[in-house]
Formats: sequence, structure tokens, C-alpha cells
Amino acid sequence: MTRVLVVGAGPAGIRAAERLVRAGLRPVVVDEAARAGGQIYRRPPEGFTRPPEKLYGSEAGKARALHALFDAMVAAGQVDYRPQSAVHAIRDGVAHVGAARIPHDRLILATGATDRLVPVDGWQRAGVYSLGAAQIALKAQGVAIGRQIVLAGSGPLLTLVATQLLAAGAGVAAVLDTSSLATQMRGGIGMALARPAVTARGLAMRARLGRLYHAGVRLERIAADAVHWRDGRGRAQVTECDAVALGWHLRAETQLADLAGARFAWSDTWAQWLPVADEMGRAGPGLYLAGDGLRILGADGAEVAGALAANACLNDLGIATPGARALLRRARRLHRFAAAMARAFPWPSGQLDALPDAAVLCRCEGITLGQMRDAAGLGGAEANRVKSLGRIGMGRCQGRYCQLAAAALIARHAGLAPQEVGRLRGQPPVRPVPVGALLED
Amino acid sequence: MTGQLVRLAETGRAPVAFRFDGQDMTGLMGDTVLTAILTGAGSLRPAEFGPERRAGFCLMGACQDCWIWAEDGSRLRACSTPLAAGMRLLSEAPQGWPA
Repeated sequence: MTRVLVVGAGPAGIRAAERLVRAGLRPVVVDEAARAGGQIYRRPPEGFTRPPEKLYGSEAGKARALHALFDAMVAAGQVDYRPQSAVHAIRDGVAHVGAARIPHDRLILATGATDRLVPVDGWQRAGVYSLGAAQIALKAQGVAIGRQIVLAGSGPLLTLVATQLLAAGAGVAAVLDTSSLATQMRGGIGMALARPAVTARGLAMRARLGRLYHAGVRLERIAADAVHWRDGRGRAQVTECDAVALGWHLRAETQLADLAGARFAWSDTWAQWLPVADEMGRAGPGLYLAGDGLRILGADGAEVAGALAANACLNDLGIATPGARALLRRARRLHRFAAAMARAFPWPSGQLDALPDAAVLCRCEGITLGQMRDAAGLGGAEANRVKSLGRIGMGRCQGRYCQLAAAALIARHAGLAPQEVGRLRGQPPVRPVPVGALLED
Repeated sequence: MTGQLVRLAETGRAPVAFRFDGQDMTGLMGDTVLTAILTGAGSLRPAEFGPERRAGFCLMGACQDCWIWAEDGSRLRACSTPLAAGMRLLSEAPQGWPA
């Protein structure tokens, strides 16, 4: 039987596995979490009692369906499921998972995304988290990240996490959106055209935030007990808090795609490098990508992309797959929606350009903007050279949280476009692993 | 000191005793190590490259901010490690490490 490896058991990975199983294959599914579901449909540990309606709101039905589908495939022995396993390298058709090796003929990567971060002066402090972290803490552990929380950034998660925290009884001090209302209106028209119901739900959520919500802000500094910011009219504001959650949309998790041989292109829409694939997710010989690790379409888009990638894989094996045209139509609509949303809540260039030289750019190793600029001065405006000389992207997150901002800043100082600065090459191991796992017999 | 994290739900779980930096602490069954420590403490560890302390950042295994130590010299990622009874955890490398 053809050996198909699926990496990731979120919405994309689960839907991909479903299609493969239906065609009679038994894929290996490797996932880093203890329970399948991915981030947005993350499940709490055994013994937690809140129902899906409480955890996932309007999306509870989708979460329930995905969890039940995957659990049923595992119970029936239809997938070879490896939970709590992280692929740290891929080479020559073999995935390295700790000391284990998984050879495969075809590879479907559904590696998802992280929050996309923009450094704010002081963001290295304890008590500063990503927006995704604030949501995970609430959903999977039943805790708030602090007593008085400032949520800041832009994108759908900002409003969603704020309303979820308020509903759970957390103290939310302010919700600070770097996108102006005018910008949101321009993108919002496209959003409403592509998905009117979802757009209306977002607006209703926003309305619930009332006076906590501020649009068009610029974040200046995170101090020990407050966030300093400027409102839409440029007036200085200070909001006291003991926790901050930051995030500007999502950043595709692409290291494994890189190691597996995918090509990349700069996306102006999502302001990041994304893998190149056809509409089905084919990214190379035997390589298929799906979900937010390919295009930032969110959970609904990930389900569709997972099914499409599995279809592509099956088609390439000579197996016909019905219903592909309807899936493609849906994928295109979700793409229009997501692109409009990216325009409504853009990357905050103005705020980044105002970052002071002493601000920490790399949280892992405390490297400041000034130090990075010195490195760029020595080696030139190229991302991998700046990494070699200045260690930006060399820390243990491997550039996941600093490289987009670093590239934007290098580009600005050199008078280039961000894509001209280049892209950090993925390097194994893509996660820290014990040295013992790397020893060959 | 008060914890960075505040429990809002799921508080009926069984208590789990562990030690952090020599102090007896109690978490709940199903807590991650990060949750268990930070509901009782303000941070997980000192930063290696700056004066500040750290308390995790992404909680999804991507940022690697929350690695701490056990008294036996092993290391663990607090956001993705379930709490177990009797764990003896440290914010910094144990005395005399490496042995």
C-alpha cells in the first residue's frame, strides 16, 4: 500500500485523512498535540467538563464533527495516529520524529499557523502573550492570562478572543486595534460580499465590546503595569494591566514545507512568504500542502484545503475523487473572504517604523533593533546574512516571531521592498530535540 | 506572590502536589506545568539574555519560551507537558549542572 504521511491533525489534516481512508489507504497521522483538533478546535485534557458550545461558540458543531470523525477513524484502526509527536526534519522521503523515522511515498503537510507578531517595545516581559495563547489558556486550561488584560493587534482573533474572555468573566481592560475604521470598511465590503453571515457575526461580536474597543491605535510601549498607546487622533493613552495579548492575523507555519522542497513566493496580501502550490495544494513531487500553512484561510478553509490536498494525492495515484469541483468553488470563495479580511486588518507598518532602537526585536535572545541594524550594516540587507551576523532568527523559536518584522525593518532601512530582503531558509531541527534523538547508530 | 494566570473555570478537578524552586505548590489534574506554576507564581524563569523574567508566550509549542528545568537536570516545555504528582521543577538549572 502507498505510504501517505499526514503532518498535523487540525481541520486540514483530519479532512485529508478522511479522504485517504475513504479511498482505502491507511495514512500515518503525526500531530504534536495530545488530542486531535488543531489550535482553533483544540480540546481540553480528559476530565474537563465545559461543553463544545462553551469552548467554540458558533463553531461548536464543526468542532464536534471533526473530533468525532477523527476519533472514529482512530478507533477503527483506519489511521496510524501518532499524537504528541513533532516532526523535526524531513529528508529524502523520511520524516524524523524524535529518534523515530517515518518513511513515506506521499506527504501531506497540514502544519497550521501561529499568530503573526509585530514587536512592541517591552514585549519580552513576563505576562505578554500572543492572542492565540490567551485563547488556548482559556479554552484548554480554563484560565485567563491575567486579571486586567489588554488585547492588542488586528485581525479576526482580536475581537473573538476579547468576547470569549469577557463571556468567561475575565477582566479586559482594553481592545486596541491598529487598523483604522476606514481601512476596516474598505476590506469589510469584500468580506461581506464573500461571506455575509460570517461578517455580520464578526460585527455583532465587535458591538459587544462597546467602549473597550479602539480602532486606529498605535502601540508605543509595554511597561511593567501598563500599555502606552496613541489613539486614532494621536493622543497619548495609558491603560493599566497585568497581562497583554498581541497578534496581527496569522503566520503560516512553513518550515517543514521548506525542508520538503516547496518553493516560496512573497504574498503582498498576507505580508509574508507562502509556499507555492496549485489550487489543489500540490507543491512538488509527492508533496501536498493544506490549511493555514499554505494559505491563511482559517478553519473553514482548512477543512476544504485538506480535502483538496488528499484528492490531489489520490488523483496522482490514479484514484478518481468525486465532488472536487464544488470543493474548489468553495475554496475560491473562502479565499476572496480571507484576502478581503487581510486588507481590512493589515500589517501595521507605521507602528513598526516607529519602533525605538533599544526595543527588543528577537524575544529569544534579546536582540534589539539597533543591534540588528548594525548586523545589516556589516553584511548587507539580506535576511540570512543578518541572521548569521546578528542572530536574528537564530534563537530557539527559529525566527517564527521576529523574522517578518526583521525583514520589514531591514528593507525599510535599505530602501527595499520586504521581498527583496529574502526569506530565512528552514533549518532542521525545526523544533528543539534532545541531542540523543539526532544520534545515528 | 499572586499568580500571573487566573482560574475562571474547570476548578472542580483533583489537586496535584508538586514542587517549584523548593516550594510546595498545588495544581489541578489536567493542568499543564505552565498553568500549574503560573496560577501560583508570577513567572517561570529568568530570561537568559536580559534582566526580565519569562512566563511563556505562544502556549502552542512554537516559541520555546517556556522551557524550564527539573531537579534531575532534565528540561521540559511547560506549555505542552502535563503536570504529574510529585514533579520537582526549577526555574533555573540545578546546582552543579552539568554534573
